[in-house]
Amino acid sequence: MKLSGIKREQRKFRWLLLSPGLLIIIIFTSIPALTTLSYAFFEWKGFVRGSWAGFENFNRLFSFPFRDQFLMAFRHNTLVFIAIMVLQTSFGLLIAYALFNLTRGQRFFRTVTFLPVIFSLVIVGYMWQILLDPYYGPINLIVNELGQPTWARAWLGDTATALPTLVFINLWRWVGFPAIIFLAGLNAISTDYIEAARIDGASEGKIFRKILFPLLAPSMTIITVLTFIGAFEWFDLPYILGGSNGSPAGATDTLALMFYRLSFGSVDSGANEVGVGSALGVIIFTVVGVGAAVGTKLLRRREVEM
Amino acid sequence: MKIFMSKTFFRGVLIFNSAIILIPVFFLLNSSLRETSDFARTPLKLATDPAWGNFAAVWQDGNFATYLKNSVIVTGGSLVLILLCALGAGFVLGRYDFRGHSLIMAFVLSGMLVPAKLMILPLFIQLKWMHLLNSHLGLILVYAAGALPAAIFIMSGFFRSLPADLDNAARIDGASEFQLLRRVLTPLVRPGLAIVAIYSAIPIWNDFFLPLVFLQDPEKKTIMQGLTMFFGQYSSQWGVLFAGLTLAALPLIVLYLILSEQFIKGLTAGAVKG
Repeated sequence: MKLSGIKREQRKFRWLLLSPGLLIIIIFTSIPALTTLSYAFFEWKGFVRGSWAGFENFNRLFSFPFRDQFLMAFRHNTLVFIAIMVLQTSFGLLIAYALFNLTRGQRFFRTVTFLPVIFSLVIVGYMWQILLDPYYGPINLIVNELGQPTWARAWLGDTATALPTLVFINLWRWVGFPAIIFLAGLNAISTDYIEAARIDGASEGKIFRKILFPLLAPSMTIITVLTFIGAFEWFDLPYILGGSNGSPAGATDTLALMFYRLSFGSVDSGANEVGVGSALGVIIFTVVGVGAAVGTKLLRRREVEM
Repeated sequence: MKIFMSKTFFRGVLIFNSAIILIPVFFLLNSSLRETSDFARTPLKLATDPAWGNFAAVWQDGNFATYLKNSVIVTGGSLVLILLCALGAGFVLGRYDFRGHSLIMAFVLSGMLVPAKLMILPLFIQLKWMHLLNSHLGLILVYAAGALPAAIFIMSGFFRSLPADLDNAARIDGASEFQLLRRVLTPLVRPGLAIVAIYSAIPIWNDFFLPLVFLQDPEKKTIMQGLTMFFGQYSSQWGVLFAGLTLAALPLIVLYLILSEQFIKGLTAGAVKG
Protein backbone atom coordinates (compact mmCIF):
# COMPACT_ATOMS: atom_id res chain seq x y z
CA MET A 1 0.00 0.00 0.00
CA LYS A 2 2.69 2.42 1.10
CA LEU A 3 5.00 1.25 -1.67
CA SER A 4 2.47 1.82 -4.44
CA GLY A 5 1.97 5.32 -3.10
CA ILE A 6 5.66 6.00 -3.55
CA LYS A 7 5.56 4.50 -7.03
CA ARG A 8 2.69 6.76 -8.01
CA GLU A 9 4.44 9.80 -6.61
CA GLN A 10 7.60 8.80 -8.44
CA ARG A 11 5.79 8.50 -11.75
CA LYS A 12 4.41 12.04 -11.51
CA PHE A 13 7.68 13.40 -10.26
CA ARG A 14 9.65 11.57 -12.94
CA TRP A 15 8.07 13.40 -15.86
CA LEU A 16 8.02 16.70 -14.04
CA LEU A 17 11.79 16.52 -13.63
CA LEU A 18 12.66 14.91 -16.94
CA SER A 19 10.54 16.97 -19.29
CA PRO A 20 12.19 20.42 -19.10
CA GLY A 21 15.62 19.08 -20.06
CA LEU A 22 14.27 16.67 -22.66
CA LEU A 23 12.05 19.33 -24.23
CA ILE A 24 14.95 21.77 -24.59
CA ILE A 25 17.07 19.06 -26.23
CA ILE A 26 14.22 18.04 -28.56
CA ILE A 27 13.32 21.58 -29.63
CA PHE A 28 16.84 23.02 -29.96
CA THR A 29 18.86 19.96 -30.98
CA SER A 30 16.78 17.08 -32.34
CA ILE A 31 14.40 19.09 -34.51
CA PRO A 32 17.11 21.31 -36.09
CA ALA A 33 19.33 18.26 -36.61
CA LEU A 34 16.56 16.51 -38.55
CA THR A 35 15.63 19.66 -40.48
CA THR A 36 19.23 20.27 -41.48
CA LEU A 37 19.14 16.83 -43.07
CA SER A 38 15.95 17.65 -44.95
CA TYR A 39 17.25 21.06 -46.13
CA ALA A 40 19.86 19.30 -48.24
CA PHE A 41 17.14 17.79 -50.43
CA PHE A 42 15.28 20.99 -51.31
CA GLU A 43 15.85 23.91 -53.65
CA TRP A 44 16.49 27.22 -51.89
CA LYS A 45 16.18 30.88 -52.79
CA GLY A 46 17.92 32.78 -50.02
CA PHE A 47 16.27 31.54 -46.84
CA VAL A 48 13.08 30.49 -48.61
CA ARG A 49 12.56 26.81 -49.28
CA GLY A 50 11.54 25.77 -52.80
CA SER A 51 10.61 22.40 -54.28
CA TRP A 52 12.06 18.93 -53.71
CA ALA A 53 15.48 18.65 -55.33
CA GLY A 54 16.55 15.06 -54.70
CA PHE A 55 20.34 14.82 -54.79
CA GLU A 56 20.74 17.95 -56.92
CA ASN A 57 22.45 19.89 -54.08
CA PHE A 58 24.98 17.09 -53.64
CA ASN A 59 25.61 17.08 -57.41
CA ARG A 60 26.22 20.81 -57.35
CA LEU A 61 28.57 20.50 -54.39
CA PHE A 62 30.64 18.04 -56.40
CA SER A 63 30.75 20.10 -59.60
CA PHE A 64 32.25 23.46 -60.60
CA PRO A 65 32.83 25.82 -58.74
CA PHE A 66 32.16 24.15 -55.39
CA ARG A 67 34.06 20.95 -56.13
CA ASP A 68 37.52 22.54 -56.08
CA GLN A 69 36.76 24.48 -52.90
CA PHE A 70 35.45 21.33 -51.26
CA LEU A 71 38.48 19.25 -52.21
CA MET A 72 40.93 21.93 -51.03
CA ALA A 73 39.08 22.41 -47.73
CA PHE A 74 38.90 18.65 -47.22
CA ARG A 75 42.64 18.39 -47.86
CA HIS A 76 43.29 21.13 -45.29
CA ASN A 77 41.14 19.41 -42.66
CA THR A 78 42.95 16.13 -43.28
CA LEU A 79 46.39 17.78 -43.05
CA VAL A 80 45.36 19.60 -39.88
CA PHE A 81 44.12 16.36 -38.32
CA ILE A 82 47.41 14.61 -39.07
CA ALA A 83 49.52 17.55 -37.86
CA ILE A 84 47.53 18.01 -34.65
CA MET A 85 47.52 14.28 -34.01
CA VAL A 86 51.30 14.03 -34.36
CA LEU A 87 52.29 17.28 -32.61
CA GLN A 88 49.61 17.71 -29.96
CA THR A 89 49.56 14.06 -28.96
CA SER A 90 53.32 13.60 -28.72
CA PHE A 91 53.92 16.90 -26.89
CA GLY A 92 50.90 16.22 -24.67
CA LEU A 93 52.25 12.79 -23.82
CA LEU A 94 55.74 14.15 -23.16
CA ILE A 95 54.37 16.82 -20.83
CA ALA A 96 52.11 14.31 -19.09
CA TYR A 97 55.00 11.91 -18.54
CA ALA A 98 57.19 14.74 -17.26
CA LEU A 99 54.43 15.79 -14.83
CA PHE A 100 53.97 12.17 -13.78
CA ASN A 101 57.65 11.88 -12.88
CA LEU A 102 57.72 15.11 -10.93
CA THR A 103 57.81 14.85 -7.15
CA ARG A 104 57.68 18.57 -6.39
CA GLY A 105 55.93 21.44 -8.16
CA GLN A 106 53.47 19.26 -10.05
CA ARG A 107 50.57 21.52 -9.17
CA PHE A 108 52.24 24.65 -10.52
CA PHE A 109 53.22 23.06 -13.84
CA ARG A 110 49.80 21.42 -14.22
CA THR A 111 48.08 24.77 -13.70
CA VAL A 112 50.33 26.52 -16.25
CA THR A 113 50.02 23.72 -18.81
CA PHE A 114 46.24 23.87 -18.74
CA LEU A 115 45.99 27.68 -18.66
CA PRO A 116 45.58 28.31 -22.43
CA VAL A 117 42.69 25.83 -22.58
CA ILE A 118 40.50 28.26 -20.62
CA PHE A 119 41.17 31.14 -23.04
CA SER A 120 38.58 32.06 -25.61
CA LEU A 121 39.83 31.36 -29.14
CA VAL A 122 38.99 35.00 -29.92
CA ILE A 123 41.59 36.11 -27.38
CA VAL A 124 44.10 33.45 -28.44
CA GLY A 125 43.66 34.35 -32.09
CA TYR A 126 44.03 38.11 -31.68
CA MET A 127 46.92 37.76 -29.23
CA TRP A 128 48.87 35.69 -31.75
CA GLN A 129 47.88 37.96 -34.61
CA ILE A 130 49.65 40.80 -32.80
CA LEU A 131 52.59 38.61 -31.74
CA LEU A 132 53.03 37.57 -35.37
CA ASP A 133 52.51 41.01 -36.90
CA PRO A 134 55.02 41.37 -39.77
CA TYR A 135 56.27 44.82 -38.63
CA TYR A 136 55.63 45.29 -34.93
CA GLY A 137 55.24 41.69 -33.85
CA PRO A 138 57.79 40.50 -31.30
CA ILE A 139 58.28 37.18 -33.11
CA ASN A 140 59.77 38.83 -36.18
CA LEU A 141 61.71 41.28 -33.99
CA ILE A 142 63.29 38.40 -32.12
CA VAL A 143 64.07 36.64 -35.40
CA ASN A 144 65.80 39.83 -36.59
CA GLU A 145 67.67 40.19 -33.28
CA LEU A 146 68.95 36.66 -33.75
CA GLY A 147 70.53 37.87 -36.97
CA GLN A 148 68.25 35.88 -39.23
CA PRO A 149 66.18 38.58 -40.98
CA THR A 150 65.42 36.23 -43.88
CA TRP A 151 63.39 34.07 -41.46
CA ALA A 152 61.06 36.95 -40.69
CA ARG A 153 57.85 36.83 -42.67
CA ALA A 154 54.14 37.62 -42.66
CA TRP A 155 53.39 34.32 -40.94
CA LEU A 156 49.63 34.56 -41.32
CA GLY A 157 49.66 36.41 -44.64
CA ASP A 158 51.88 34.02 -46.57
CA THR A 159 50.06 31.12 -48.25
CA ALA A 160 52.99 28.83 -47.46
CA THR A 161 53.04 29.49 -43.70
CA ALA A 162 49.43 30.45 -42.87
CA LEU A 163 48.08 26.95 -42.23
CA PRO A 164 51.15 25.67 -40.32
CA THR A 165 51.00 28.85 -38.20
CA LEU A 166 47.34 28.16 -37.38
CA VAL A 167 48.29 24.62 -36.41
CA PHE A 168 50.99 26.00 -34.11
CA ILE A 169 48.54 28.42 -32.44
CA ASN A 170 46.10 25.54 -32.04
CA LEU A 171 48.90 23.54 -30.41
CA TRP A 172 49.63 26.40 -28.02
CA ARG A 173 46.01 26.64 -27.00
CA TRP A 174 45.19 22.91 -26.78
CA VAL A 175 48.28 20.92 -25.76
CA GLY A 176 47.29 21.06 -22.07
CA PHE A 177 44.17 19.06 -22.82
CA PRO A 178 45.79 15.80 -23.99
CA ALA A 179 48.48 16.35 -21.37
CA ILE A 180 45.91 16.29 -18.55
CA ILE A 181 44.05 13.31 -20.08
CA PHE A 182 47.30 11.34 -20.39
CA LEU A 183 48.33 12.34 -16.86
CA ALA A 184 44.99 11.05 -15.53
CA GLY A 185 45.61 7.84 -17.49
CA LEU A 186 49.13 7.47 -16.07
CA ASN A 187 47.90 8.09 -12.53
CA ALA A 188 45.29 5.36 -12.98
CA ILE A 189 47.99 2.74 -13.69
CA SER A 190 48.80 0.70 -10.61
CA THR A 191 52.28 1.45 -9.28
CA ASP A 192 52.65 -2.33 -8.66
CA TYR A 193 53.37 -2.84 -12.37
CA ILE A 194 56.03 -0.17 -12.41
CA GLU A 195 57.70 -1.35 -9.21
CA ALA A 196 57.66 -4.99 -10.27
CA ALA A 197 59.33 -4.06 -13.56
CA ARG A 198 61.92 -1.97 -11.72
CA ILE A 199 62.76 -4.87 -9.42
CA ASP A 200 63.22 -7.03 -12.51
CA GLY A 201 65.77 -4.47 -13.67
CA ALA A 202 63.84 -2.86 -16.52
CA SER A 203 65.08 0.61 -17.56
CA GLU A 204 62.74 3.62 -17.26
CA GLY A 205 62.55 3.83 -21.05
CA LYS A 206 61.58 0.21 -21.31
CA ILE A 207 58.95 0.62 -18.58
CA PHE A 208 57.42 3.47 -20.56
CA ARG A 209 57.42 1.61 -23.86
CA LYS A 210 56.36 -1.82 -22.64
CA ILE A 211 54.05 -1.01 -19.72
CA LEU A 212 52.87 2.58 -19.51
CA PHE A 213 52.31 3.33 -23.19
CA PRO A 214 50.22 0.19 -23.88
CA LEU A 215 48.17 0.84 -20.73
CA LEU A 216 47.50 4.40 -21.93
CA ALA A 217 45.52 3.04 -24.89
CA PRO A 218 42.13 4.16 -23.49
CA SER A 219 43.40 7.76 -23.17
CA MET A 220 44.83 7.49 -26.68
CA THR A 221 41.44 6.39 -28.02
CA ILE A 222 39.69 9.39 -26.47
CA ILE A 223 42.34 11.86 -27.66
CA THR A 224 42.34 10.48 -31.21
CA VAL A 225 38.57 10.55 -31.54
CA LEU A 226 38.24 14.04 -30.04
CA THR A 227 41.07 15.32 -32.26
CA PHE A 228 39.38 13.84 -35.32
CA ILE A 229 36.06 15.50 -34.48
CA GLY A 230 37.79 18.81 -33.69
CA ALA A 231 39.90 18.78 -36.86
CA PHE A 232 36.97 18.12 -39.20
CA GLU A 233 34.81 20.76 -37.53
CA TRP A 234 37.70 23.24 -37.27
CA PHE A 235 36.18 26.71 -37.49
CA ASP A 236 36.90 29.24 -34.74
CA LEU A 237 40.63 29.79 -35.14
CA PRO A 238 40.68 29.91 -38.97
CA TYR A 239 37.64 32.20 -38.92
CA ILE A 240 39.19 34.66 -36.46
CA LEU A 241 42.57 34.77 -38.20
CA GLY A 242 41.66 34.25 -41.85
CA GLY A 243 38.01 35.32 -42.08
CA SER A 244 35.28 33.25 -43.69
CA ASN A 245 37.21 33.06 -47.00
CA GLY A 246 40.18 31.31 -45.43
CA SER A 247 42.61 34.04 -46.42
CA PRO A 248 45.27 34.35 -47.66
CA ALA A 249 43.89 33.02 -50.97
CA GLY A 250 42.00 30.15 -49.37
CA ALA A 251 45.16 28.78 -47.76
CA THR A 252 43.36 28.32 -44.45
CA ASP A 253 39.98 27.28 -45.83
CA THR A 254 38.20 24.45 -44.03
CA LEU A 255 34.99 22.49 -44.52
CA ALA A 256 33.28 24.37 -41.68
CA LEU A 257 34.26 27.77 -43.16
CA MET A 258 32.91 26.70 -46.54
CA PHE A 259 29.72 25.55 -44.82
CA TYR A 260 29.42 28.97 -43.15
CA ARG A 261 29.95 30.83 -46.45
CA LEU A 262 27.37 28.71 -48.24
CA SER A 263 24.89 29.15 -45.40
CA PHE A 264 25.15 32.89 -44.86
CA GLY A 265 26.85 34.17 -48.00
CA SER A 266 30.51 35.00 -48.39
CA VAL A 267 32.08 38.42 -47.90
CA ASP A 268 32.58 39.05 -51.63
CA SER A 269 29.56 37.46 -53.28
CA GLY A 270 26.90 37.97 -50.63
CA ALA A 271 24.48 35.38 -52.05
CA ASN A 272 24.02 32.22 -50.02
CA GLU A 273 23.39 28.65 -51.13
CA VAL A 274 21.40 27.04 -48.33
CA GLY A 275 20.81 23.79 -50.24
CA VAL A 276 24.44 23.21 -51.17
CA GLY A 277 25.51 24.31 -47.67
CA SER A 278 23.16 21.82 -46.04
CA ALA A 279 24.44 19.09 -48.36
CA LEU A 280 27.96 19.94 -47.18
CA GLY A 281 26.71 19.90 -43.57
CA VAL A 282 25.34 16.39 -44.07
CA ILE A 283 28.69 15.32 -45.52
CA ILE A 284 30.70 16.83 -42.66
CA PHE A 285 28.40 15.19 -40.12
CA THR A 286 28.73 11.82 -41.90
CA VAL A 287 32.53 12.06 -42.09
CA VAL A 288 32.77 13.01 -38.41
CA GLY A 289 30.18 10.46 -37.25
CA VAL A 290 31.49 7.52 -39.28
CA GLY A 291 35.12 8.43 -38.60
CA ALA A 292 34.55 8.71 -34.85
CA ALA A 293 32.57 5.46 -34.70
CA VAL A 294 35.03 3.44 -36.79
CA GLY A 295 38.00 5.01 -35.00
CA THR A 296 36.59 4.18 -31.58
CA LYS A 297 35.92 0.59 -32.63
CA LEU A 298 39.40 0.06 -34.09
CA LEU A 299 41.24 1.81 -31.26
CA ARG A 300 39.27 -0.01 -28.53
CA ARG A 301 40.73 -3.25 -29.87
CA ARG A 302 44.24 -2.32 -28.85
CA GLU A 303 43.18 -1.43 -25.33
CA VAL A 304 44.30 -4.09 -22.85
CA GLU A 305 42.61 -4.96 -19.59
CA MET A 306 44.42 -3.77 -16.50
CA MET B 1 68.80 7.46 -23.89
CA LYS B 2 69.45 7.81 -20.19
CA ILE B 3 69.37 11.59 -20.35
CA PHE B 4 65.82 11.54 -21.77
CA MET B 5 64.55 9.71 -18.72
CA SER B 6 66.22 11.89 -16.09
CA LYS B 7 64.41 14.22 -13.70
CA THR B 8 66.46 17.12 -15.08
CA PHE B 9 65.19 16.46 -18.58
CA PHE B 10 61.56 16.36 -17.45
CA ARG B 11 61.99 19.50 -15.42
CA GLY B 12 63.54 21.14 -18.50
CA VAL B 13 60.58 20.10 -20.66
CA LEU B 14 58.12 21.59 -18.19
CA ILE B 15 60.05 24.82 -17.76
CA PHE B 16 60.32 25.22 -21.54
CA ASN B 17 56.61 24.53 -21.96
CA SER B 18 55.69 26.97 -19.19
CA ALA B 19 57.85 29.67 -20.80
CA ILE B 20 56.13 29.21 -24.17
CA ILE B 21 52.75 29.52 -22.47
CA LEU B 22 53.49 32.32 -20.00
CA ILE B 23 55.64 34.66 -22.11
CA PRO B 24 52.89 35.52 -24.62
CA VAL B 25 50.40 35.97 -21.77
CA PHE B 26 52.83 38.20 -19.91
CA PHE B 27 53.52 40.12 -23.13
CA LEU B 28 49.77 40.70 -23.50
CA LEU B 29 49.39 41.98 -19.92
CA ASN B 30 52.54 44.10 -20.15
CA SER B 31 51.64 45.69 -23.48
CA SER B 32 48.18 46.61 -22.22
CA LEU B 33 49.94 49.08 -19.90
CA ARG B 34 52.04 50.78 -22.59
CA GLU B 35 51.37 53.80 -24.78
CA THR B 36 50.74 52.88 -28.42
CA SER B 37 53.60 55.09 -29.64
CA ASP B 38 56.02 53.54 -27.14
CA PHE B 39 54.93 50.08 -28.10
CA ALA B 40 55.44 50.72 -31.82
CA ARG B 41 59.02 51.84 -31.19
CA THR B 42 60.05 49.18 -28.66
CA PRO B 43 57.50 46.35 -28.45
CA LEU B 44 59.55 44.27 -26.04
CA LYS B 45 60.08 46.73 -23.20
CA LEU B 46 58.63 46.46 -19.71
CA ALA B 47 55.79 48.80 -18.78
CA THR B 48 57.73 50.67 -16.09
CA ASP B 49 55.41 53.65 -16.33
CA PRO B 50 51.97 52.01 -16.57
CA ALA B 51 49.57 53.71 -18.99
CA TRP B 52 46.23 53.03 -17.29
CA GLY B 53 44.62 55.28 -19.88
CA ASN B 54 44.32 52.28 -22.24
CA PHE B 55 41.86 50.65 -19.87
CA ALA B 56 39.92 53.89 -19.44
CA ALA B 57 39.70 54.18 -23.24
CA VAL B 58 38.39 50.63 -23.55
CA TRP B 59 35.84 51.14 -20.82
CA GLN B 60 34.51 54.38 -22.29
CA ASP B 61 34.58 53.76 -26.03
CA GLY B 62 34.34 50.06 -26.52
CA ASN B 63 30.84 49.38 -25.16
CA PHE B 64 32.71 46.95 -23.00
CA ALA B 65 30.48 47.35 -19.96
CA THR B 66 27.43 46.46 -22.07
CA TYR B 67 29.19 43.47 -23.62
CA LEU B 68 30.31 42.20 -20.23
CA LYS B 69 26.83 42.61 -18.78
CA ASN B 70 25.35 40.69 -21.73
CA SER B 71 27.88 37.89 -21.34
CA VAL B 72 27.06 37.62 -17.65
CA ILE B 73 23.32 37.44 -18.45
CA VAL B 74 23.74 34.83 -21.19
CA THR B 75 26.26 32.66 -19.33
CA GLY B 76 24.45 32.99 -16.00
CA GLY B 77 21.02 32.32 -17.52
CA SER B 78 22.27 29.27 -19.42
CA LEU B 79 24.00 27.98 -16.31
CA VAL B 80 20.90 28.21 -14.08
CA LEU B 81 18.81 26.46 -16.72
CA ILE B 82 21.41 23.74 -17.32
CA LEU B 83 21.99 23.05 -13.62
CA LEU B 84 18.27 22.89 -12.78
CA CYS B 85 17.38 20.64 -15.71
CA ALA B 86 20.43 18.40 -15.24
CA LEU B 87 19.79 18.09 -11.50
CA GLY B 88 16.21 16.95 -12.08
CA ALA B 89 16.86 14.70 -15.06
CA GLY B 90 20.07 13.33 -13.53
CA PHE B 91 18.17 12.44 -10.34
CA VAL B 92 15.45 10.57 -12.23
CA LEU B 93 17.87 8.76 -14.55
CA GLY B 94 20.37 7.98 -11.81
CA ARG B 95 17.95 6.91 -9.02
CA TYR B 96 14.74 5.61 -10.60
CA ASP B 97 14.29 2.42 -12.51
CA PHE B 98 11.38 2.47 -14.94
CA ARG B 99 10.30 1.32 -18.40
CA GLY B 100 11.90 3.47 -21.08
CA HIS B 101 14.83 4.39 -18.86
CA SER B 102 17.49 3.12 -21.25
CA LEU B 103 15.65 4.60 -24.23
CA ILE B 104 15.72 8.07 -22.65
CA MET B 105 19.36 7.62 -21.69
CA ALA B 106 20.22 6.66 -25.28
CA PHE B 107 18.34 9.70 -26.57
CA VAL B 108 20.23 12.00 -24.19
CA LEU B 109 23.56 10.49 -25.24
CA SER B 110 22.72 10.87 -28.93
CA GLY B 111 22.38 14.61 -28.27
CA MET B 112 26.10 14.71 -27.52
CA LEU B 113 26.90 13.58 -31.08
CA VAL B 114 25.21 16.46 -32.89
CA PRO B 115 27.54 19.39 -33.52
CA ALA B 116 25.69 22.68 -32.95
CA LYS B 117 27.58 24.42 -35.76
CA LEU B 118 26.10 22.17 -38.42
CA MET B 119 22.55 22.98 -37.31
CA ILE B 120 23.12 26.70 -37.40
CA LEU B 121 20.82 27.31 -40.37
CA PRO B 122 17.69 25.49 -39.20
CA LEU B 123 18.29 26.95 -35.74
CA PHE B 124 18.48 30.42 -37.25
CA ILE B 125 15.22 29.95 -39.17
CA GLN B 126 13.53 28.25 -36.20
CA LEU B 127 14.55 31.02 -33.77
CA LYS B 128 13.30 33.63 -36.23
CA TRP B 129 9.98 31.82 -36.43
CA MET B 130 9.79 31.59 -32.62
CA HIS B 131 10.68 35.31 -32.31
CA LEU B 132 13.78 34.34 -30.36
CA LEU B 133 16.30 35.70 -32.82
CA ASN B 134 18.30 38.65 -31.56
CA SER B 135 17.33 37.74 -28.00
CA HIS B 136 19.35 36.54 -25.04
CA LEU B 137 16.67 33.99 -24.18
CA GLY B 138 17.01 32.33 -27.60
CA LEU B 139 20.76 32.11 -27.17
CA ILE B 140 20.37 30.73 -23.63
CA LEU B 141 18.02 27.98 -24.84
CA VAL B 142 20.39 26.96 -27.65
CA TYR B 143 23.38 26.87 -25.28
CA ALA B 144 21.36 24.85 -22.76
CA ALA B 145 20.37 22.34 -25.43
CA GLY B 146 24.02 21.96 -26.40
CA ALA B 147 25.32 21.43 -22.87
CA LEU B 148 22.43 19.43 -21.38
CA PRO B 149 23.16 15.96 -22.81
CA ALA B 150 26.63 15.85 -21.23
CA ALA B 151 25.36 17.62 -18.08
CA ILE B 152 22.53 15.11 -17.58
CA PHE B 153 24.94 12.25 -18.23
CA ILE B 154 27.44 13.53 -15.66
CA MET B 155 24.74 14.23 -13.04
CA SER B 156 23.07 10.83 -13.47
CA GLY B 157 26.47 9.26 -12.82
CA PHE B 158 26.86 11.22 -9.60
CA PHE B 159 23.34 10.33 -8.44
CA ARG B 160 23.88 6.66 -9.24
CA SER B 161 27.07 6.51 -7.16
CA LEU B 162 25.19 7.42 -3.93
CA PRO B 163 24.08 4.48 -1.74
CA ALA B 164 20.45 3.37 -2.25
CA ASP B 165 19.90 3.18 1.52
CA LEU B 166 19.81 6.98 1.67
CA ASP B 167 16.56 7.08 -0.31
CA ASN B 168 14.86 4.41 1.73
CA ALA B 169 15.93 5.93 5.03
CA ALA B 170 14.57 9.32 3.95
CA ARG B 171 11.31 7.75 2.71
CA ILE B 172 10.82 5.84 5.96
CA ASP B 173 11.29 9.13 7.78
CA GLY B 174 8.39 10.42 5.70
CA ALA B 175 10.25 12.56 3.18
CA SER B 176 8.51 13.17 -0.12
CA GLU B 177 10.42 12.53 -3.35
CA PHE B 178 10.95 16.26 -3.72
CA GLN B 179 12.31 16.57 -0.17
CA LEU B 180 14.54 13.56 -0.81
CA LEU B 181 16.06 15.30 -3.83
CA ARG B 182 16.15 18.77 -2.32
CA ARG B 183 17.39 18.04 1.21
CA VAL B 184 19.18 14.68 1.10
CA LEU B 185 20.69 14.14 -2.34
CA THR B 186 21.36 17.62 -3.76
CA PRO B 187 23.94 18.50 -1.09
CA LEU B 188 25.71 15.21 -1.85
CA VAL B 189 26.00 15.80 -5.61
CA ARG B 190 27.48 19.29 -5.25
CA PRO B 191 30.87 18.21 -6.69
CA GLY B 192 28.97 17.01 -9.77
CA LEU B 193 27.16 20.34 -10.06
CA ALA B 194 30.51 22.15 -9.87
CA ILE B 195 31.91 20.02 -12.71
CA VAL B 196 28.79 20.59 -14.82
CA ALA B 197 28.91 24.33 -14.10
CA ILE B 198 32.49 24.70 -15.31
CA TYR B 199 32.04 22.27 -18.21
CA SER B 200 29.09 24.34 -19.47
CA ALA B 201 29.93 27.90 -18.47
CA ILE B 202 33.47 28.25 -19.86
CA PRO B 203 32.65 27.37 -23.49
CA ILE B 204 29.53 29.57 -23.34
CA TRP B 205 31.47 32.54 -21.95
CA ASN B 206 34.19 32.03 -24.57
CA ASP B 207 31.91 31.44 -27.56
CA PHE B 208 31.64 34.03 -30.32
CA PHE B 209 30.03 31.95 -33.06
CA LEU B 210 26.41 31.66 -31.94
CA PRO B 211 26.18 35.35 -30.90
CA LEU B 212 27.75 36.26 -34.26
CA VAL B 213 24.89 34.54 -36.06
CA PHE B 214 22.00 35.12 -33.65
CA LEU B 215 22.57 38.60 -32.19
CA GLN B 216 22.67 41.62 -34.50
CA ASP B 217 21.58 44.35 -32.09
CA PRO B 218 24.76 46.09 -30.84
CA GLU B 219 23.16 46.52 -27.41
CA LYS B 220 22.82 42.74 -27.06
CA LYS B 221 26.26 41.57 -28.14
CA THR B 222 28.43 39.44 -25.87
CA ILE B 223 32.01 40.15 -24.87
CA MET B 224 33.77 37.75 -27.27
CA GLN B 225 31.57 38.83 -30.16
CA GLY B 226 32.12 42.47 -29.15
CA LEU B 227 35.85 41.90 -29.15
CA THR B 228 35.75 40.99 -32.87
CA MET B 229 34.15 44.39 -33.64
CA PHE B 230 36.40 46.22 -31.23
CA PHE B 231 39.40 44.78 -33.01
CA GLY B 232 38.42 46.23 -36.35
CA GLN B 233 37.63 49.59 -34.76
CA TYR B 234 40.95 50.08 -32.95
CA SER B 235 43.20 48.26 -35.39
CA SER B 236 46.04 50.77 -35.10
CA GLN B 237 45.81 51.56 -31.38
CA TRP B 238 47.89 48.75 -29.97
CA GLY B 239 47.72 49.80 -26.34
CA VAL B 240 43.92 49.91 -26.41
CA LEU B 241 43.72 46.57 -28.25
CA PHE B 242 45.89 44.89 -25.64
CA ALA B 243 43.86 46.44 -22.84
CA GLY B 244 40.65 45.15 -24.45
CA LEU B 245 42.05 41.63 -24.77
CA THR B 246 43.30 41.76 -21.19
CA LEU B 247 39.94 42.93 -19.85
CA ALA B 248 38.17 40.15 -21.71
CA ALA B 249 40.65 37.49 -20.57
CA LEU B 250 41.16 38.58 -16.98
CA PRO B 251 37.94 37.37 -15.32
CA LEU B 252 38.60 33.77 -16.37
CA ILE B 253 42.33 33.93 -15.58
CA VAL B 254 41.60 35.09 -12.03
CA LEU B 255 38.88 32.46 -11.53
CA TYR B 256 41.19 29.82 -12.93
CA LEU B 257 44.02 30.72 -10.58
CA ILE B 258 41.65 30.35 -7.62
CA LEU B 259 39.84 27.22 -8.80
CA SER B 260 42.37 25.56 -11.11
CA GLU B 261 41.70 22.00 -9.88
CA GLN B 262 37.95 22.37 -10.44
CA PHE B 263 38.53 23.96 -13.85
CA ILE B 264 40.77 21.12 -14.97
CA LYS B 265 38.31 18.51 -13.70
CA GLY B 266 35.35 20.31 -15.23
CA LEU B 267 36.83 20.92 -18.66
CA THR B 268 38.13 17.37 -19.03
CA ALA B 269 34.84 15.86 -17.74
CA GLY B 270 33.60 13.30 -20.20
CA ALA B 271 37.10 12.52 -21.43
CA VAL B 272 38.33 11.12 -18.11
CA LYS B 273 36.49 8.40 -16.25
CA GLY B 274 35.81 9.02 -12.54
